[in-house]
Amino acid sequence: MVDQVTADLYVPDAGEEPLLAISSVSILRAAPVSRLSFRCRDDARAAAGKAFGVALPAKPLSAETTSDRIAFWLGPDEWMLIAPESDLEAVSAKLEAALESHPTSLVDVSHRQEAILVSGDRAVWLLNTGIPIDLDVSAFPVGSVTRTVFHKAPVMVWRTGEDSFVVEAWVSFMDYVAGLLVQSAGELSAA
Amino acid sequence: MLLIYCPYCEVERPELEFRCGGEAHIARPTDPSTQSDEQWADFLYMRTNTKGIYAERWRHIHGCGRFFNALRETVGDKFLKVYKTGEPKPDLDAIAKEASR
Ligand SMILES: [Zn+2]
Repeated sequence: MVDQVTADLYVPDAGEEPLLAISSVSILRAAPVSRLSFRCRDDARAAAGKAFGVALPAKPLSAETTSDRIAFWLGPDEWMLIAPESDLEAVSAKLEAALESHPTSLVDVSHRQEAILVSGDRAVWLLNTGIPIDLDVSAFPVGSVTRTVFHKAPVMVWRTGEDSFVVEAWVSFMDYVAGLLVQSAGELSAA
Repeated sequence: MLLIYCPYCEVERPELEFRCGGEAHIARPTDPSTQSDEQWADFLYMRTNTKGIYAERWRHIHGCGRFFNALRETVGDKFLKVYKTGEPKPDLDAIAKEASR
């Protein structure tokens, strides 16, 4: 089992103060990236991966990564493609050209959602204050990605290490998600 | 909390991530204009509402987003089987027999 995955695209936003910084867990806003919601049939998957620069995983809840590309499996015919902010046009153009003969859907959702980085010994505990799924490393191993809910907001969670997660939420829900996480973390500093 | 197995994600997830989509295996008439009002109302509204084993559509709306089918025992709220969209309806009698064992 891997204990850390390449997550170079998700770096803390240098211009932002940490949302939470206590000894057992921290929450940092991530710098912007390009996000493309991509859907295709299975016969176009290989060509799409080749054009994008990393294979589109077929295994449920998994991700394929390089230093500057991530393909998240979100559904049996749906992926979230992540690339550096400056690569958006190049990536879209390449995918469009390679998939001309296939029915596909490619949507730029870069600014629909944003990411926070949640890490530390109590990261799992903190996320589970609002996420109802089992985040034990045996049930949700390092490298797993999934959509789920945080209280009432839909989120995407990617486990990059045993104690580190990327959590994405729609921009207008992020204050709700991050705010409740910071509030719940009060339990940790109170003890 | 009720745990439901998603045949696409291949994991059990809490009920919160799902929405029920009503009775499964109801085919939309291929040519609606040939239907009488009664037939159309039948298609739209009339369901068997079984007490016992019921085939339902479920959607993993806060996960993979896909619809799938499930057999649920409506008295005990127990999921007996899930299967992907497009797969044939299982033999309910056989499932009932198995469940009662
Ligand atoms: Zn699913």
